[in-house]
Amino acid sequence: MSEQKLQSQTVQTTGHAWDGDLQEYNNPLPVWWVYTFYLTVIFAIVYWVIYPSWPFGKGWIGGLSNVTYVNSAGETRTHSWNTRALLMQDMNKAAVEQKPYFDKVAAMSYAQIAKDPDMNGFILSAGKALFSDNCAPCHQAGGQGVMGFFANLTDDDWLYGGSYDQIHASITNGRHGYMPTFSEVLAPGQIDQLANYVASLSGIGHDAAKAAAGDVLFHGEAAACYYCHGANAKGNTEIGSANLTDNIWLWANVPGADSAEGKVAAIRGVIASGLNRGVMPAWAGRLSPEQIKVLTVYVHELGGGQ
Amino acid sequence: MNINFKHEWIETNIGLLAVLTMLAISVGGLVEIAPLFFINKTIEKVDGVRPYTPLEQRGRDIYQREGCYLCHSQMIRPFRDEKLRYGHYSLAAESQYDHPFQWGSKRTGPDLARVGGKYSNEWQVQHLIAPRSMVPESVMPNFPWLKTTLLDTSDITDRMKALRKVGVPYSLTDAEYKANVDKFGETVAKQLHIPNAQLSLIAQANFGNYDGDRSNITEMDALVAYLQVLGTMVDFSKYKDDAFVNDR
Repeated sequence: MSEQKLQSQTVQTTGHAWDGDLQEYNNPLPVWWVYTFYLTVIFAIVYWVIYPSWPFGKGWIGGLSNVTYVNSAGETRTHSWNTRALLMQDMNKAAVEQKPYFDKVAAMSYAQIAKDPDMNGFILSAGKALFSDNCAPCHQAGGQGVMGFFANLTDDDWLYGGSYDQIHASITNGRHGYMPTFSEVLAPGQIDQLANYVASLSGIGHDAAKAAAGDVLFHGEAAACYYCHGANAKGNTEIGSANLTDNIWLWANVPGADSAEGKVAAIRGVIASGLNRGVMPAWAGRLSPEQIKVLTVYVHELGGGQ
Repeated sequence: MNINFKHEWIETNIGLLAVLTMLAISVGGLVEIAPLFFINKTIEKVDGVRPYTPLEQRGRDIYQREGCYLCHSQMIRPFRDEKLRYGHYSLAAESQYDHPFQWGSKRTGPDLARVGGKYSNEWQVQHLIAPRSMVPESVMPNFPWLKTTLLDTSDITDRMKALRKVGVPYSLTDAEYKANVDKFGETVAKQLHIPNAQLSLIAQANFGNYDGDRSNITEMDALVAYLQVLGTMVDFSKYKDDAFVNDR
């Protein structure tokens, strides 16, 4: 009891007493804590005044802080602070900084851009960013493509053409690869003959007799391969039919096969099942005309441009 | 009368403490929730947003079942870097028929709010089967079973009825169907009609051939159909670039 009295002189109790002698200390909050708390209350009130805060009727109190931006119609607008207005302002700022470059891109021809050292740097950096975000998932980071799925953009073979205009058309409108299924039209033996002929065009090991028969089929009406691939089998960029003479492959995994038989079998597979794939989305809606132009030059410069 | 308030009254009266605690919490809740019923700009007025078709809805269910949301968000924030990479920021209106919404707050993979149409169906299929065959640096797991598991279409009407209960305008009666025709057009309204659900699901899967195999309808068909519609419903070219600034 005497000890309790001693403590009660330095620390107050709450005044309750339970079970006769059970008491509770009353330790007040430290002064610094109390004033920090008052400060946060003042901060909140200032915050409410500056930024959008309290709901009010069908809207809310917008606050004193404003954001000014220019929209696509060229109108200057001021709006109470919000992240969407802030984004407009941010985009405006970037657009002003990039405008000289994009204006130049719009005004210059492809050949001029390619020759201009200043623009080359811009294409390399802006093009790389655009390519990585939009093209690399299919065509891979270096543009090397994926065998059997997506075209290699760094080699000399172009299904739809490797000129600036043709690349631009591919990006803008997208592509869709198509070849009829021949397993229903031709006998397995005929498909084998055709495959041997196609292999012979690229100098791959083949059966000469079968290739000769395949030659006839290729240029005849039964298979009529020449319709799309041309009498010289060099393909047609208008319709995206492949050049079969350059030993560059996309759909038939010829480089991946170890033996000559394997290579012919890969070709046979494509002839038999045909193609209804190789879809490239159209980028016209997603990317601006200037961005597509930057990408066109970037893809052209990847190594295969014609 | 002595009105000398003592905190002790509350502390020593458990009933009073409970009532006052509930009151304090209710004020906090009301201030946050009640205005949403009055503020008329929460959901932007925008054309094109519709409920998912039966096939897309099944794809969405698979998306949730496989836990895609654990790594992928569906919420493009109004920042410059997100706009440049993903496209227009997400609108509240675009997830108004999502139950639950898939906004998420964790991005191990990229945001998927506007992935629709960005890649071909074939890419999506191959990427789901073996992500690293398409994106070498990817850490996404393989989902090969989607291509081999046939889609169970038998319970689609139950699934749509459940969503209808929480406010998705799938139609069960003629009156509801007509309302949908007015709101979404006949083509869409037909797909939102619950009695037709299984047939329209099969029709969309056969027509779209999302997994590249026409011989059957797999879970891959449904999931790719769902992914390909994400973020494509609103045609932003019809709106000025600051059309939605006033909504916030």
